[in-house]
Amino acid sequence: MRYFLIVLLCLLPTFSFAGVAKDIADDPVMERRMMHLAEKVRCLVCQSEPVSNSHSDWSNDVRQIMREKMKAGATDQEILDLLVERFGKSVLFDPPVDKETMPLWSAPFVLLLLGGAGLFYQLKKRRGQVVQTELSVEDEQRAATLLNDTVSAPPDSPTEPEKLDYDGTIRVRSLIAGAQPDGVREDVSDAHIKEPKA
Amino acid sequence: MRFILPFVIFLVLSVFLYMGLGRDTREVPSPLVGKAAPAFVLPLLHDTGKHFSPQDMKGKVWLLNVWASWCGACKDEHPVLMEFSRQNVLPIVGLDYKDKPEDGQATLKKAGDPYTLVIADADGKVGFDYGVYGVPETYVIDKNGMIAYKLIGALNSQNLREKILPLVAELQAK
Repeated sequence: MRYFLIVLLCLLPTFSFAGVAKDIADDPVMERRMMHLAEKVRCLVCQSEPVSNSHSDWSNDVRQIMREKMKAGATDQEILDLLVERFGKSVLFDPPVDKETMPLWSAPFVLLLLGGAGLFYQLKKRRGQVVQTELSVEDEQRAATLLNDTVSAPPDSPTEPEKLDYDGTIRVRSLIAGAQPDGVREDVSDAHIKEPKA
Repeated sequence: MRFILPFVIFLVLSVFLYMGLGRDTREVPSPLVGKAAPAFVLPLLHDTGKHFSPQDMKGKVWLLNVWASWCGACKDEHPVLMEFSRQNVLPIVGLDYKDKPEDGQATLKKAGDPYTLVIADADGKVGFDYGVYGVPETYVIDKNGMIAYKLIGALNSQNLREKILPLVAELQAK
C-alpha cells in the first residue's frame, strides 16, 4: 500500500499541465522577429536582463507593443526609435555612438592607451637603471670552468673527478685542468659548491 | 613617494564608488523632459462617461501622478499626496495605471482621494507613452503642456520640498 502511494506520488507531476505561455502570437515568424528584437532591449525594471528573457509586467507590455507595431508594419528600427523616445537610450543594450555616449564608447581605448603609455614609460625608466657590467678575463674563465666542467673532468686528469665532502659539498680542486693559469687554479681549488639540497 | 600614485588612484576610485552608492540605478533620466506631454483621451475613474485630455489643463501648471491599487510604494506616498493636496498648490491628476477600475475606486474610498480628478488607464497604453516603467511616477507639466520634470518613485516630504515645490513656483510665475 505504501509503495503504491509512493508510485502515485511520483506520477503526480504528469497530472500537472503548466499550459503554454499566454503571449505567443499567432504568427510564429513575427514572434521570432519580435524575440530577436527584444534581445536588444533592456528590461528597465530588472536592468541587466533583456526584454526577451524577462517575465516582468513591463517587459510583457513592451513585447505586446512590439507585436502590435510589427503587425502595423513598423520596421525594427522604428520600434527601437519609439522605445528610445519614450525611455531613453539606456533601454538599448547597444547604445548608438553619439555625443552623449562617446565617453562610454571611448573609455576602453583611452584606458588602453593610458596603460600602454604607463608601461612604455616604466620600461624606459628601468632601462636606464640596469648597469652593464664588464667581466674581467679572470672572472670569465672562472665562470666558464664552473659552468662547463662540474660533472666530467678532463680525460687526462690525474686525480678523481669529484668527491663528496662530509657536509655535502663538492671539492672542485680535482676539476681544474692543467691548462688553467696558476693563479686561477689556486683561486678555485678551495671553492666549495653547495650541492642543492633536495 | 612611490605610494602617492596608487593612493591617488585609490582616492579617485573611492569617490566614484561612493557616488555610485547613493545612486538609484533604476532611475533612468527621462528623455521626455523638455518635450510636449503626449496627448491622450482617457475616461475618468469615477465617471467613465466623462473624459480627460492634457489639453484641458492648458494654461495651468499641473501634476500627473501615476499610481495603482496594486502598487506598494504608492501607499507610502499616499499620505504625502493627501497633505500636499490640502495645500491647494496646483491640480493633481491621478492616473490609475493598469488597474481594475473597481480596485482603484475602492483604494481611494478607503484611504482618501488626494486628486483633483483621476483617470483610468486600464491597459497601460498611456502609461507607456509617458515612459512609465515603475509606479509611482510623477510628472510636472507646465502651462504650455511641456513635461518639466519626472520623478520616478514615491513622493516624500523631501523631494516635494526641495524639487517639486520650487519648480512649480517657478513655472507658475512664468
